[in-house]
Amino acid sequence: MTKTTAKTGRAVPAPSAAPGLVVDYAPSIESDKIVTIAPRQQLYIGGQWVKPVEGRYFQTTNPATLAPLSEIAEAGAADVDAAVRAAKRAYDRTWSKLSGRERGRYLFRIARLIQERARELAVLETLDNGKPIRETRDVDIPLVAAHFFYYAGWADKLGYALPGVKLAPLGVAGQIIPWNFPLLMAAWKIAPALACGNTVVLKPAEQTPLTALKLIEIFEAAGLPPGVVNIVTGAGATGAALTAHPLVRKVAFTGSTEVGKTIARSVAGSGKKLTLELGGKSAHLIFADAAIDQAVEGVVNGIFFNQGHVCCAGSRLLIEESVAERVLDKLRTRMQKLRVGNPLDKNTDIGAINSTAELEKIRRLVETGKQEGARYYEPENITLPAKGNFLRPCLFSDVASSHTICRVEVFGPVLAASTFRTPAEAIAKANDTPYGLAAGIWSEKGSKVHAVAAQLRAGVIWANTYNKFDPTAPFGGYGESGYGREGGRHGLLPYLEVVP
Amino acid sequence: MIVSVRDRDGAPRGIPVVPVDAVGAEERAAFFAKRSIKAKSKLDLLYLAIRMMDLTTLEGADTPARVRQMCRKALQPAAPALTEALQKVEGFRPIPSVAAVCVYPLLVPHAVKVLEGSGVHVASVATSFPSGQVSLKTRLLDVREAVESGADEIDMVINRGAFLAGEYQQVFDEIAAVREACAAAHLKVILETGELGTLDNVRFASDLAIGAGAHFIKTSTGKIVPAATPPVTLVMLQAIADHHARTGERIGMKPAGGIRTAKQSIQYLCMLYETLGPAWMNPDLYRFGASALLNDVLRQIYRQYTGRYYYDKGYSLD
Repeated sequence: MTKTTAKTGRAVPAPSAAPGLVVDYAPSIESDKIVTIAPRQQLYIGGQWVKPVEGRYFQTTNPATLAPLSEIAEAGAADVDAAVRAAKRAYDRTWSKLSGRERGRYLFRIARLIQERARELAVLETLDNGKPIRETRDVDIPLVAAHFFYYAGWADKLGYALPGVKLAPLGVAGQIIPWNFPLLMAAWKIAPALACGNTVVLKPAEQTPLTALKLIEIFEAAGLPPGVVNIVTGAGATGAALTAHPLVRKVAFTGSTEVGKTIARSVAGSGKKLTLELGGKSAHLIFADAAIDQAVEGVVNGIFFNQGHVCCAGSRLLIEESVAERVLDKLRTRMQKLRVGNPLDKNTDIGAINSTAELEKIRRLVETGKQEGARYYEPENITLPAKGNFLRPCLFSDVASSHTICRVEVFGPVLAASTFRTPAEAIAKANDTPYGLAAGIWSEKGSKVHAVAAQLRAGVIWANTYNKFDPTAPFGGYGESGYGREGGRHGLLPYLEVVP
Repeated sequence: MIVSVRDRDGAPRGIPVVPVDAVGAEERAAFFAKRSIKAKSKLDLLYLAIRMMDLTTLEGADTPARVRQMCRKALQPAAPALTEALQKVEGFRPIPSVAAVCVYPLLVPHAVKVLEGSGVHVASVATSFPSGQVSLKTRLLDVREAVESGADEIDMVINRGAFLAGEYQQVFDEIAAVREACAAAHLKVILETGELGTLDNVRFASDLAIGAGAHFIKTSTGKIVPAATPPVTLVMLQAIADHHARTGERIGMKPAGGIRTAKQSIQYLCMLYETLGPAWMNPDLYRFGASALLNDVLRQIYRQYTGRYYYDKGYSLD
């Protein structure tokens, strides 16, 4: 429909079918030159790098290229024992003797050093974990620093944490962290423990030990006394030795529900304090009166952030039936714009699945979802790199509560969507899970948001946003998502005991 | 919710009221600034930005000579010496003309004289730009005169007073009347988002303008701060996306005012690409209203080709 003006006879820009420009963002790769990775890394015990007694090492690889990154010491029971004893010594001789203000100074210094070395830490995390550099740069590492800053501030104010109650540190904390946010989880565990006056033996996940080991350089630069933080790398057996150690007074675990249950059994009756932050199958509710475009963004962020390797991922989408098709259409269109690929590319939205085992597990669950009859969608325009653990994000719709993908935690970029008719049904469906870690609500009606939030059994509830983390906000779950809270004032209490 | 209005034939029309979550919209809009555009992609977008530019002068002090000079710049954005320098670079593509010049109605004939037959359009801000606070009769006369003088694109302002007073029928009628007065000329409807106060209003004004017959919706006159911002532009693009999903019709978008750097223009184009897709990546459906952007785009094109900057005086002023 080309029109011309009488006067000039020139073509008028009518809505045209002229093909527009297809923009294929050229690669914009963050250099990995800033990072040095030692080919072989030892255990860190009592302020020394120590070879493992049994002399065993395992490999950590880059999930985006499957190239080996480093050989990591595997800590056996004897190494764990040495680490716990070193922590106990540091607790008795130095750390518990320091004033809160002194401890706070160390934590502030650590936080500053993390900021100074943020780019290096972001690149290293991306190499070891596979998550996009945009996320490590803009989310993980800034939050790591924020956690140390926040708990640094608490160190000399513990007397005010519970007014009228005198609190004291516990001793040695044994901490086991997962591979999905390696450095951030280390910060969540270490910062409050040290602020409260405890010492730490940390076991990073065997898939992603590098940033925790790098953190030691920062602790040393900050002058942290030897033994205050010890790192024992290894897999399940190392973790079991740590939680079972009699000198450990407090166990903090973030990881799968299955392992969490084992740990709960193993520490039962030991008098150890325990916090568990486990799996989830969090509901993301969209009401018809929501701001739909922003809700779709929230859903994308809720499930595709960090390849869906997020314990609080909004993996169950519940949409009010009257807007369901519209929301799903927009979601499918939006998913086509997600960029999957090299995690070091600054334009990558979804990086590599963390391990081959994890990739296979996700694929199996996706197959189950297809077989059970849910409607499957993946954006086929997305091309995946030829090598590495990559997966297209996908969406199941017409999902029933009985479907496996609606009940089991997939821990990948897999979204299960179904519908509801009324707020009561939305609440019932959202709570129809053994988990209870997080939930999201989208509605422009404030009274509805509050009424629904009050009835959801989830530790974290986001309204008109999702996956927002802040060190001041407590985080933790209901039911099989675990117990105890991390973050905020609540996050201090697991590391303290009441002095009678 | 739906607001119902009547169109020129008295038939009822429903304009949807779509809520916008401001926090989410701002967050999404800010995301595009994180895209890291390099190499050929960058060059492609810089060239596209020139082809999408409405080179604008809207000053009380505008004179025929000033407008003629700007029209020369519109036709040939790079000064001859700069072009000559660039021609030595392998793979150099000639710098295109801009999409249009945008001037006050009185200056339209002077622009037409220079641009006739060139493919560069002549846009004019009519309807008593920028406030629009005169009678509809006068505003329509303004439009007709601009079209008769040879403007083939009309940038009108909506009646923000009526909009904020809730007189949506009046706003709708006025846009429809202007569209009729435009005859064959193309209509861009300026919402003046800096005066609308909320993104909810921006979204509803977008839908109202599209419903009343806008070919393009445009953020701002450039006379009010803030002018174009990423969140406002995003919300308008989403209105265009929804209209396209409903009707298959493609409405154009023009952010105007405050876009001064090549980097900003690239961020806006990433937003466009990821919100509406490749079909909109063309000057028939997207324009930048700008007076200061062109030279910075040229500067970055030179740098992209050569790895360094051309000397400052190598760019023509107009």
